Amino acid sequence: MGPIKKIQYDCRHATYLIEKKQHTSLTISERMQLVIHLSGCSVCRLFQQQSRWINHMVRGLFHSAEGRENKLDDEYKRQLQDKINERLK
Amino acid sequence: MSQVKVTDGTSVRAVKPEPRHWVERYADHLYSYAFARLEHEEQARDLVQETFLAALEKVSEFQGNSSERTWLTAILKYKIIEVYRKRNSGLRTQRMEEEPEPEFFEEGNGHWKEEYSPRPMRTEGADPLTNKELAAILKKCLFKLPALWLSVFTMKHMDDAATETICKELKVTPANFWVIIHRAKLNLRACIQRSW
Repeated sequence: MGPIKKIQYDCRHATYLIEKKQHTSLTISERMQLVIHLSGCSVCRLFQQQSRWINHMVRGLFHSAEGRENKLDDEYKRQLQDKINERLK
Repeated sequence: MSQVKVTDGTSVRAVKPEPRHWVERYADHLYSYAFARLEHEEQARDLVQETFLAALEKVSEFQGNSSERTWLTAILKYKIIEVYRKRNSGLRTQRMEEEPEPEFFEEGNGHWKEEYSPRPMRTEGADPLTNKELAAILKKCLFKLPALWLSVFTMKHMDDAATETICKELKVTPANFWVIIHRAKLNLRACIQRSW
């Protein structure tokens, strides 16, 4: 198998590059490999779209959970502060 | 907190930890942080307490070069990773037998195996913030990931931590880091595909 054919077939490597690309910049060689692969592979193009969607969801979900400011009840807080004060003596 | 002069003449805030105000100032923040990552009220509550008590033990180590809030959150983060580890070790034997991690690609050429090949999903307009079913699926699939992968994944996606920081804190090599990010996403995506 020639090098181009190998790149065209290798979805494992292509998906690896898709993940890496979402967090850092790829080398020129990696970018070329990915362009070559994606131009001929609709399944990996679909994977890329779904992968971005998942990242977007994970981010949104967790930031909203943090933003909701789930509150501890006052009684628990009071006990907590008592425990801290106890140890400060 | 008072202003002090340091030798180069600039003014900095002398930050001293004030444990007597910790609960009122930080308890809700820490609880939200833990709850978002654990999806478990009681564990989140316990970790807030453990964080404060651990912080008291090493209050002398507090350098004042980060805020109290950042410092406490960092302590909590380690405790969360510990919980991932514990949860995972309890499940491991059971899970290995039930569903071994699938091999998504053909061995020789790296092509998608037919049965794992991504298929279209309802992604358009699908938002876990408004769709409870999707939110539940996403969480279920996340917490199925091995502890180390989940730690890497949450630190990258929730904390936006730098790759070098994650590698250092979790003791993984940079090469292994990308392998983990890749495997985690393959498994997460496949899990969502099965349920959504």
